[in-house]
Amino acid sequence: MRDVRLLETGFDPAAELAGFAHAHPEAGGIASFVGQVRAGQGVTALELSHYAPLTLPGMEQLADEALSRFDLMGLQLIHRVGQMTPGDPIVSVCAAARHRRDAIAAVDFAMDHLKGDAWFWKRELRAGEWHWIEPREQDRDDLARWK
Amino acid sequence: MAIRLVFLGKLADLAGAPQREIATATLGWADLLAGCGAELGGALASEKVRVALNGVIVADKASLKACDGDELALLPPVSGG
Repeated sequence: MRDVRLLETGFDPAAELAGFAHAHPEAGGIASFVGQVRAGQGVTALELSHYAPLTLPGMEQLADEALSRFDLMGLQLIHRVGQMTPGDPIVSVCAAARHRRDAIAAVDFAMDHLKGDAWFWKRELRAGEWHWIEPREQDRDDLARWK
Repeated sequence: MAIRLVFLGKLADLAGAPQREIATATLGWADLLAGCGAELGGALASEKVRVALNGVIVADKASLKACDGDELALLPPVSGG
C-alpha cells in the first residue's frame, strides 16, 4: 500500500499510524516518524508553501524509490502545507515491513529526502515578521548518506 | 497572449506577488532576467535558482524558451519539509 498525501489542513498522526498499522496485519514491524512545529525562539507560526505541479509528484516518486530500495509492505507519507502553529504536526512517515530493519531505514530515507530534496519552502513568524528559512548544511549531509 | 511566471519562496517577496503575467509570445532566460529589474533579476540569476516550464524542471536555463500560454516557475533552494 502506497499512501502519499499533501494536506492543506491539520491531521492526527496517531490516528493515521493506527489506520496504517491496521491495514498491514502481516507486517512484523511498523516504524513511524512525526515532525512538528518547534516551539521557542519566539516563533508564533510556520508557513510551508509548495508548487503543486512538482511537490506531490515528487513525494510520489520518493515513495516509489523507498518501496523499491527497501523490503516494504507499505509506506505512508503525509505532509502539511499552509500555516501551522507550534506543536502542530508537519509531516508523518510510516513504513511497514516483515522485519523492523527495512521499516526503520525506509522512514529515515524518506525523511532525509523530504527535508533536503522535496519542493517545500518555509518561513517563520517571529515578533510579527516573516523570515524565510534557508537550506541547512546538515540537510545536505543527511541526503548524501543515501547516494 | 501571455506567459505566467510563478515565484516560489522568497522570490515571491522580491517580485511583490506570487504570480505575474508577461504579455509576450515567447520568452527566453536572458529576456526574463533583463525584464525583472536589478534586484529580482539578480536573485533569479543565481545558479541555485531552478526553473520549471509547465511543471517540468528545465535542465539548461540558458536554452529556455517559453511560449504563449506557458507557466514558468522560479524555484529558489528548498528549505526542507
